[in-house]
Amino acid sequence: MLQDKRCPNSIGVWGWLGGGRWGLERYLYTLHRLTGLGILLYFILHILVTSSRVFSEKAWETWMGVFSSPVFKIGEFLVYVAFAYHAINGIRLILIELGFSVGKAEEPIYPYKSSLNVQRPLMIVSIIVAAVLIAAGGYDFFALAH
Amino acid sequence: MTRKLQKETDITFHIRRYNPDVDDKPHWQKFIVHVEPGMTVLDGLHQIRETQDASLSMRYSCRMGVCGSCGMLLNGRPALACNTQIFDIASKALTVASLPNFDIVKDLVPDLTPLFSKHISTYPYIVRDDADEMLNPTGEFFQSPDELTEYLQFTYCIKCGLCMAACPTMATDPNYLGPQPLAQSYRYTKDTRDDGFNLRKKVVGGSHGAFRCHYAGECSNVCPKGVDPARAIQLMKRELVLDYLKLRKHRTKSAILGKPEGVKRRPEIPEAPCFTKE
Repeated sequence: MLQDKRCPNSIGVWGWLGGGRWGLERYLYTLHRLTGLGILLYFILHILVTSSRVFSEKAWETWMGVFSSPVFKIGEFLVYVAFAYHAINGIRLILIELGFSVGKAEEPIYPYKSSLNVQRPLMIVSIIVAAVLIAAGGYDFFALAH
Repeated sequence: MTRKLQKETDITFHIRRYNPDVDDKPHWQKFIVHVEPGMTVLDGLHQIRETQDASLSMRYSCRMGVCGSCGMLLNGRPALACNTQIFDIASKALTVASLPNFDIVKDLVPDLTPLFSKHISTYPYIVRDDADEMLNPTGEFFQSPDELTEYLQFTYCIKCGLCMAACPTMATDPNYLGPQPLAQSYRYTKDTRDDGFNLRKKVVGGSHGAFRCHYAGECSNVCPKGVDPARAIQLMKRELVLDYLKLRKHRTKSAILGKPEGVKRRPEIPEAPCFTKE
């Protein structure tokens, strides 16, 4: 009887978001996915909006008028933030996926240390670089904006 | 870790129950457990079964972190119940649930079948083309200590399923192979006695294979044996990339060492028994 009825227990997208007592790299993983989806959404909107020029000049100017509002200025900056984080963290992930900065297999001795400890300096550097890029972008977006 | 001195106290266990015969979905049930220093979560669950509710189902065996049977979600984190001191994770209340990403059989018992079927799919054994030597060995395969170190860490896996429960990719892609099978595929790939990479890469290099991992690292954080599946998966990806670029070094399989010659058997050591299986 038991074999006939199982209760599904997959945590789905909550598995990305519901961190709980998790490590830092999991939050970076979640942020990487969310920023990736955000950039994809922006890309689709970008194609749709720029394609409006095909229909008429007026349609183009109407859309440009909508996007010149301060709300979309902030939105544009958020896209830049997502891009900066996704790009820098992506480089970190590529390096890790090519086997750099994860160390070699070693005898596990308690308290265990894993490849996460080995790659942490790379992670910290990549976060700092992303933060610098975001700060510089913010200065360009808001302080130098006309 | 410095463990605080704790006095015995009552701790509330919030347990996620599910009985397939009567329940449509899981529900939470509360139990008050009198906890003494040194008690593990498994001890607490035993106390509940013995004094409050004998119908509580859980899976366990060795009680010493070796068999990997008692994996559960403790305060939102996968861990072995026998390997976790209650006072290390709770002072007043504790939540206990079945491992996520696995269907629930009953109460705290997850259905680990997907883990084992995925594990089997990655050829987790020595693959060689000299079948005669495998069936009727004439000697040992040579392997140096350095070669052993390259994969030894990954041999400590006890297949408890904690890594699969912690993995966020597993949460949204049930077809993803997962940390345990991928780590074991690397363990055998790096074994110098093995020659099965070309067979294995078709499985682990697929769309639900190693490249679905984006290094959340939780598998390594929760592993009770320090196996570090995240490291194995990244190293496996490197092997796959090098192979794709045709830069992977061809490795000669371990040579077969003949039986030692000119050595006399010590009289107190008996001959090995005959094969019991054809």
